[in-house]
Amino acid sequence: MSSELPESAVPPPTGASESTSGPSRRTFVATGAAVGGAVVAGGAFFVGSGEATAAGVAPSSEVSLTVNGTRRTVTVDNRTSLLDLLREHLGLTGSKKGCNAGACGACTVLVDGQRVNSCLTLAVRLEGAEVTTIEGLAKGDELHPLQQAFIDEDAFQCGYCTPGQILSGVGCIQEGHTDSPEEIREWMSGNICRCGCYVKIVRAVEQTAGRK
Amino acid sequence: MHPFSYTRASDTREAINAGRRGGRYIAGGTTLVDLMRETVEHPETLVDISRLPLREVTATERGGLRIGALVTMSEAAAHAKVRALFPIVSEALELSASAQLRNMATIGGNVMQRTRCTYFRDVTTDCNKREPGSGCAALHGYNRTHAILGTSNDCVATHPSDVAVAFAALEARVLLQGPEGERQLRFADFLLRPGSTPNREQAIRQGELITAVEIPALPRPLKSGYLKVRDRQSYEFALTSAAVALHIRGGVIREAKVAAGGVATVPWKLSAVEQALIGERPSGRLWAEAAARAADGARPLQYNRFKVELLKRTVERQLRIVGEME
Ligand SMILES: Cc1cc2nc3c(=O)[nH]c(=O)nc-3n(C[C@H](O)[C@H](O)[C@H](O)COP(=O)(O)OP(=O)(O)OC[C@H]3O[C@@H](n4cnc5c(N)ncnc54)[C@H](O)[C@@H]3O)c2cc1C
Ligand code: FES
Ligand code: FES
Repeated sequence: MSSELPESAVPPPTGASESTSGPSRRTFVATGAAVGGAVVAGGAFFVGSGEATAAGVAPSSEVSLTVNGTRRTVTVDNRTSLLDLLREHLGLTGSKKGCNAGACGACTVLVDGQRVNSCLTLAVRLEGAEVTTIEGLAKGDELHPLQQAFIDEDAFQCGYCTPGQILSGVGCIQEGHTDSPEEIREWMSGNICRCGCYVKIVRAVEQTAGRK
Repeated sequence: MHPFSYTRASDTREAINAGRRGGRYIAGGTTLVDLMRETVEHPETLVDISRLPLREVTATERGGLRIGALVTMSEAAAHAKVRALFPIVSEALELSASAQLRNMATIGGNVMQRTRCTYFRDVTTDCNKREPGSGCAALHGYNRTHAILGTSNDCVATHPSDVAVAFAALEARVLLQGPEGERQLRFADFLLRPGSTPNREQAIRQGELITAVEIPALPRPLKSGYLKVRDRQSYEFALTSAAVALHIRGGVIREAKVAAGGVATVPWKLSAVEQALIGERPSGRLWAEAAARAADGARPLQYNRFKVELLKRTVERQLRIVGEME
């Protein structure tokens, strides 16, 4: 086991690394805030087929996957999470980054029909996979029944957790863990809502499951 | 996250070859990607094993059970054979992590998962597990969630797995395949106590792959269950937990399998509790007397003293729940 401290990798704007390589997450948050959106949008989280790869710094791979029904072939830095691929590369910013560590559920999407945390999923592993995000749930102008139920039940306030809640709810209903409010609560526990909309979220899932 | 190269193994031999050359296996990725992002882990090569044929659950002769290393936590929990033969395993799994994580995470990865000690996860602090010889920040730090059993002066981190506690109670074996062939290890020999080498966590050799976890047959009828006590009701690691399996015939406990989680550096087999139960008749007094032995040898730290009593009560309650099941 190596004892080295993380190298500062490649410095920001051209960054070939996630910015957590600094001394602490707190430093990162401060830096991120100082530079505003530039750090994120500028690719500190994501490096595509660009400079770092050409320089031979960061190994990258080509991967073909289907996102919301559209086949995509992309070259990704191997470190890219599915969440960053969606948000930074494909412009699908519906899936949210809360903790980036599997601990909040804001990034939940379906991969091959199963709900997973996209922040802990390396994009490079998804050859041939089918990904569904919040942007892909509606059929044209017709919302998915669970999306509609969230609106009907007023199951959100700030809305940050909502895309993850809805994708997780779709998974929960498919898995059949909706027999009681208690069961829904337990099987939806992987999605934290800081606004505390749990009662209404449970109700939205329950109603949608009941209609099936 | 440090850069790494990536290869996908198409069969077991290819995986082991890559592992022998220093490649790091990735299964569900729910521990590894997280720790790589924190730069606690920085493998140079990831070997994706998710497509290897290690996804079967099979009943062995006489009623044991073999769970393939790449069976996901959710598949294992829902599997009809697991539910029929060892429902305690399903219970421990369903009380772990979240539905999303269980869809990704595998049985092999679960028993290999690393501690959630906050100092281990924070590369700016001292941690002998992460950086041998640097010291242990938890010893005199905020150690409320840390271990009271199996600790050393170099490390007090807990093993966080729930299902591993059930596996330890049931005396499961870890099936390994490596450059030098196949072997099996008892669960108790597989996960290592920290001693003076907390960086060595498993008795696994370079390139070795877990192929399955095998639970031996136990006499029937068998009553069993897993109890988990935590700071919130779901999606949280255990403060204490108890896995209990009892074979009661003719009003006498003939076989007792008990282990505790959340309290020790490895899943903690409670042999003294088992011995106190075997040959006795179930009673409220017996549960209390047996559970009183659960924290034998405990070495609490400044902030986790409460675990000593909590552990005894957790074990007592779970003995009662399982012992008095219909
Ligand atoms: C927010 C959160 C909450 C959690 N809560 C719980 C909980 O309450 N209870 C609980 O038990 N767990 C919990 N976990 C941990 C989770 O269960 C583990 O991360 C998971 O089981 C690891 O499995 P994986 O397949 O994803 O492993 P990976 O991350 O792929 O691998 C983990 C390690 O195992 C090695 N490895 C994987 N498979 C093999 C194999 N077949 N042979 C040899 N080596 C292998 C890898 O090289 C790596 O070192 C939680 C995790 C998170 C992120
Ligand atoms: S962002 Fe993925 S779980 Fe929080
Ligand atoms: S609606 Fe604000 S976090 Fe859930």
